[in-house]
Formats: sequence, structure tokens, C-alpha cells
Amino acid sequence: MNFEDEPVPGYPLPILPGHTSPGRLERVLRAGTFAITAELAPPDSADPEEVYRRARVFEGYVDAINATDGSGAHCHMSSLAVCALLTRIGHAPVMQISCRDRNRIAIQGDILGGAAMGVCNVLCLTGDGVQAGDHPQAKPVFDLDSVSLLQIARGMRDEHRFESGRRITFAPRVLLGAAENPNVAPIEHRARRLAKKIAAGAQFIQTQYCFDMTLLRRFMLAVEDAGLSDRVFILIGVGPLRSAKAAEWMRSNVPGVHIPDAIVVRLRGADDEAREGRNLCVDLLQELRTIQGVSGAHIMAYRQEESVAEVIDRSGVLAGRRPWHPGREPREQADRKTS
Amino acid sequence: MYAVRLWSVRHARGLSRCYTLFESLLLRLAPLFARLGYARIERPVAVVEAAVKGLLFDCRMCGSCVLSSTGLACPMNCPKQLRNGPCGGVRADGHCEVKPEMRCVWVEAWQGAARIPGGLEAIGAVQPPVDHRLAGSSAWLRVAREQGARA
Repeated sequence: MNFEDEPVPGYPLPILPGHTSPGRLERVLRAGTFAITAELAPPDSADPEEVYRRARVFEGYVDAINATDGSGAHCHMSSLAVCALLTRIGHAPVMQISCRDRNRIAIQGDILGGAAMGVCNVLCLTGDGVQAGDHPQAKPVFDLDSVSLLQIARGMRDEHRFESGRRITFAPRVLLGAAENPNVAPIEHRARRLAKKIAAGAQFIQTQYCFDMTLLRRFMLAVEDAGLSDRVFILIGVGPLRSAKAAEWMRSNVPGVHIPDAIVVRLRGADDEAREGRNLCVDLLQELRTIQGVSGAHIMAYRQEESVAEVIDRSGVLAGRRPWHPGREPREQADRKTS
Repeated sequence: MYAVRLWSVRHARGLSRCYTLFESLLLRLAPLFARLGYARIERPVAVVEAAVKGLLFDCRMCGSCVLSSTGLACPMNCPKQLRNGPCGGVRADGHCEVKPEMRCVWVEAWQGAARIPGGLEAIGAVQPPVDHRLAGSSAWLRVAREQGARA
């Protein structure tokens, strides 16, 4: 989908009244469209082509691509660099920032740098502990947490100031996001914690994997009751599971992932477990559309990224819409439009 | 000590009532502290504070005490030192992602907060990041100085 007022498709859009970013994701969300984001696994490589190759499988299916920041405490290409590469060709990245590896001086610098390179969406995360990754001997920084990071980022954008109070001459115009995990303790207080993130500046939420729809529905009811659902856009995390074994490994080794036994049983009972994992993802996507307060889905398909397009297609959640992607309109033609 | 600190959170209601009394005492003593000189009494008070709060809460003397807003669970015991937790990595049994043998500090904090009148409002307020310059200094004296000056 193209917006009527885009100067060149893929380039930053004019900022509409009430919007905070020139980004496509904010446009899609505020229009009330069911939005799709997907997570790109950054390469263990300095080859930019590797990033483009990984982004290509999402083209035409997602409204924004999340660039993870050392996810699972593993070292990969930085999220800032992945975002800079993606914006070069017009993609709309969500720059993930984790508080694990950098202090407030470095993080605020990255927010300015990202925005300067066309990043319109920032996801503020605390980050997994270093024990989860390939460098457990590293120093965990955690100078900020996700909530204080949100507040500082909002101050940079709205008050044009660093945390120190020093002035920023051109503010980063970004949509601010945060994560939430409806599946883990304290479940009865998760909606209150979400309220805290909204108070600190979160405009959109991307959740951890939600395979347990009963828990999710309960969480969304609490969100509704607290009057939060019209103050934030909530994208629910889903993904195709490769096999019953992979599901079991994930739930015991990846922090915060909860997969009900029924799902593992369903996968184990299938002839083709990977196919059943995709079927399950299609079912989840279709169910999400029916839940009050859900604004979209965030697809995490680690090492199964090539199946994302199929899953989205079969679920029909885009309702015939085709998100803009580079190459949809030949670049020369697009460039000619501006000259 | 871990067991004592869990006890403190279980008795958050009573302990927070004690603290309210103690805080009013601190405020009443503020003029005396000022006469003695805050710089002069900083060291001995910090030693006492570290001993008392260390015993009850495993206090780490961050100098920016927020115990009254965290259900009396000291957030500096969280391996990520979150000031607005918990994170999304809490285990199914309510234990910590980083230290599986330990109950999540922030699950404790929310439970403690629910026991204190007004505790859920307090824990719902966004806490600013820690000022690392204050590490090791007395939060009691800071309360006396700042709120005493305001009074």
C-alpha cells in the first residue's frame, strides 16, 4: 500500500497532525489497519548484502522490520547498522535498543544517529541477561531499564533534551515502542506494568510470543478494563514453531517464552511437524484479529523467516493489502518523481 | 540475607508503617542534623543504615532508596538492577531469569506493594534511573535534608 501523500514511496512521509514520526508503521497503526511487523535476525557478518537478503523474504508482507539488538545476549551486527542499511533502500525498520550493553550516553547517541538515518520506530527493551548468550563473561550494563529508557527517549523527542537537560537542536522524530510479556509472573499485575510503560511514553507494544490464547485474552481484558487499549497499539508476538522438540527447547531455554503443553502435543501428533507449526501460526494470526484491542501481529520466525510470507498469506490478515516494499515501484521511476 | 529479605516483603504492611514513623522522626531531627553538619555525620549514619537495611532488605546502598515504592523489595538485588521491573524473563515458577535459585525481586516487589495501602499506586509511578554518584551515601540523610528543607 502507498499513501497518497508520499513524495517518493519508501522515503519519510510528511508527519500528519497528531503523529510523532514520518514513518509508515505509525500511519498504518493510526489508520486502524491490522499491522504486521517481523523480526530480522541480524547476520554474524559484515556483509550488507546479507542484511538485504534477510529483509527480502519479508517484502510485501510486513509494515516494519524489527532489527534486534544482540537478542538472546548473542553478538551480531548492531541494530543501528542494520537499520541504517534498511532505510537506505526504503524499508521501515523498528530499531530495538537493549539496556544490557550500553549506558545512557551511548543509547541517547544511538537514538539521534538512528533518527538521522531515517529510523522512525524505536523499541525500548531491558534486554536478556548476559548469562543467556555466547558471552556470559561480559559486563552487564543496565544503566537504564526499558521504562526509564522510554521516558528519556520521549524527553529527547518532545522536549528536545537529553536526560542531562542539555538541548537537542533537531529532535528525533520517532514512534516509541516497548515490549510486554502477558505470560509470566506477576500475571495479575502485567496490565499495570503496561500502564507504566504507556505513562513513560510507549505508543506501541510488541509482545513476547503468545501461544496461550487463554492467557492473552485474559491480559487483553485487563488492558481494556484499565482503559489502556485506546492509548497504545498492541502487536502480539507469534511465530511458526519448527517442531515439538524445538518448542520444548525454546520454552526451557529462551527467557520468557511460555508454550502450553497442548501446543507441543499438537505438533508431536503431526506427520509434518514444521508444516503443523505453520498451520498453528496461521490459526493464531486469525484468532488475533478477533481479539478486542489487538492492533496487529509481530512475527518472530527465527531461522524460519522464509515461511513468514506463506503464513501471512494463508492467514488472510492483510485482507488484500500489500505493504510497500523496495522494488515495488522501480527506483528510477520513483526518483524521477522528485526531480 | 535472602530469607530475611523475603520475610520483610511478606511483612511489608507492618514494616512500611514502621518506616512512616521513622521518616517523621528523621524529619523532626533534620534541624539537629543541619546543626551537626550533614557532611560530618554522613559516614556514621551510612554505616548504621547499611547495617539495618542490609539485614532487612539486602540493601546495596545505591543512595537513591525507593523501597517504599517497591513493596520493600530492594530493586538493586535484581541482577539487571531494574528500577521499573519486572522484565519479561521471569520463569514459570516466579524465579529469576539470571539467577534461577532466586525469586524474582520484582515479582516480590509487586506482591509487597499490594500489601501496603497505596502501594500499587506507588509502584505504578515511573522511577528515574539511578544516579550512580550517590552510591554508598545515606538515603536517610538525603530524605531529612531534602524533605526537611521543603518543610
